Amino acid sequence: MSAPSDPIIRVHDVTAGYDETAILDHVSFDVRRGEIFVILGGSGSGKSTLLKHMIGLEPPLAGSILIDGDDIVTAEDGLRQSILRRFGVMYQSGALFGSMTLAENVRLPLEEFTDLDDDEIALIARMKLAMVGLDAFTGHLPAEVSGGMQKRAAIARALALDPKIVFLDEPSAGLDPITSAGLDALILRLARNLGATFVIVSHELPSIFAIADRVIMIDRVRRGIVAEGDPRKLRDSSPDPWVRQFFRREPEVLPA
Amino acid sequence: MATLAISETADGGRVLALAGRLDASTIRPLWDEGRRAVTAARGAHVVLDAAEVDYCDGAGVAMLVGLMQQGDPGRVEVANLDPAFAALLAQFDVARLARDLDPAPPRRPAVDEVGVVAATFWADLRSLIVFTGETTAALIWALRHPGKVRWKDVWMICERVGADALPIVALISFLLGVILAFESAVPMRRFGAELFVADLIGISMLRELGALMTAILLAGRSGAAFAAELGTMTVNQEVDALTTMGLDPVRFLVTPRVIAALLMTPLLTLFADLVGLLGGAVTLHTFSIPFVTYIRQVNGIVDFGDFMAGFVKSFVFAILVAGIGCLRGLQARAGASSVGDSATSAVVSGIILLVIVDGIFAVVYYLLGI
Repeated sequence: MSAPSDPIIRVHDVTAGYDETAILDHVSFDVRRGEIFVILGGSGSGKSTLLKHMIGLEPPLAGSILIDGDDIVTAEDGLRQSILRRFGVMYQSGALFGSMTLAENVRLPLEEFTDLDDDEIALIARMKLAMVGLDAFTGHLPAEVSGGMQKRAAIARALALDPKIVFLDEPSAGLDPITSAGLDALILRLARNLGATFVIVSHELPSIFAIADRVIMIDRVRRGIVAEGDPRKLRDSSPDPWVRQFFRREPEVLPA
Repeated sequence: MATLAISETADGGRVLALAGRLDASTIRPLWDEGRRAVTAARGAHVVLDAAEVDYCDGAGVAMLVGLMQQGDPGRVEVANLDPAFAALLAQFDVARLARDLDPAPPRRPAVDEVGVVAATFWADLRSLIVFTGETTAALIWALRHPGKVRWKDVWMICERVGADALPIVALISFLLGVILAFESAVPMRRFGAELFVADLIGISMLRELGALMTAILLAGRSGAAFAAELGTMTVNQEVDALTTMGLDPVRFLVTPRVIAALLMTPLLTLFADLVGLLGGAVTLHTFSIPFVTYIRQVNGIVDFGDFMAGFVKSFVFAILVAGIGCLRGLQARAGASSVGDSATSAVVSGIILLVIVDGIFAVVYYLLGI
């Protein structure tokens, strides 16, 4: 295993946005191997857009995004497939396949990308769902379980192939505090014991303080990264009053 | 790479020495070999020695769990696993994982299945009748309060149902006229009776085919679209939002669609009739029958009653197709596939209803001598 500090994702000089409309200009940052990295920002700040660029769904308007050394922006088919296999993604809404049971959702990547036989895949799928507390719901369809459970099943699916990098879009939004804390413990365990890297888009400050190694904070008005570092330090001693305000959950002062 | 070395102990047990990297790409042969070794130990103690394992991810842990599940609890145990990976293993209850906690329900026997289908059919018929009542009530309400109808929606839907359908209705009815004329003119010519093909085209297009083809196209285009649109709204809880705002979904969503279909379908039918006749004229022209003769012949055989027979039907067809499309949409449950099911069922039940109602019309017209 490489030294824990070398970057596994390098976002270099990226202009984020859609259809020629830039939301963020010239953003650069590194995500280090094995760390829990959180992207923070107000609503509409471009967090989700940035995430879409990083997972290769939409190309950025400019710049490069290296995933473990290869640029996902310019990669051709074969290389792109291999880059996609390096990470798992949990989408904000869960994005489970509605016609498949929870277990079948988790089994799908295992069936497509490994040569394991049926029983073995079934066991792995059950274990992934047990990790998120859903082993008693393997045969349920997504529509038959609650929103929070769908989200947890989506995390299980993202972890199915034990990817090196896991992208989570608002993982704890909509979860009760106990489940959310259980999810934090799971993320910490995977990061610390397996060396998995987590890139999390989140708003949940308690969870961020509990698990994040490093955060970046982006802002639409200033069109870029306004703070980077340890969330506790930023809360206590950031030179930027807006950043301190964000971490302390103080309301915005509206002009009179 | 990963390897497995098996050694037998004095008491007939086994020590399985695992080494290397255990992940989804390496465990396949090891898992098989391990399973055979555990079986060969016949109830004696088996130790999975993981001292030389330098990486073990979720798939590797799954293999360890899988081997531990074989035989009685405690017979197979893991030793010397790196604490980092042991923590991954420790989060699982091996005995609990051995069972499928949420098995698929057993299949119903065939007799039950038939009963369920019959009950579903009956329930569906009931909901159709209830919905027809609701729609009729909503239409009467709209007649009495025309100011409260969302006319902006109605015009927009009119454009999609009516104007946008013109090209396809024109194409289908023109070809229908051409084909009908051609297929009948060839044998009729043997008797020198090509001219009477004009009678056939005139009566069949006006009384039957103009209205029916337009309605079938409407079912395929707009019925399916209504079902998909309302189905997605139901799945996204937009219909729930209307209900809790105190707005009746039928009045709000179904009425504008049914009104638009009611306004547009008769016009499309009229258009289809004309284009169909034109198609026949073009074909017969190639059989040396001039347009003037064709028109005179059609005029002689078809009267206003024939035209009205088709035209009146088109109003009923419009209500049927638009209504069933909306009903299927509102019946959607959850998920992408249910929206697809709604659209399919809107088209299928729409066309079935069209054919049944068309048959009823035929009988009624016969009895009334129309």
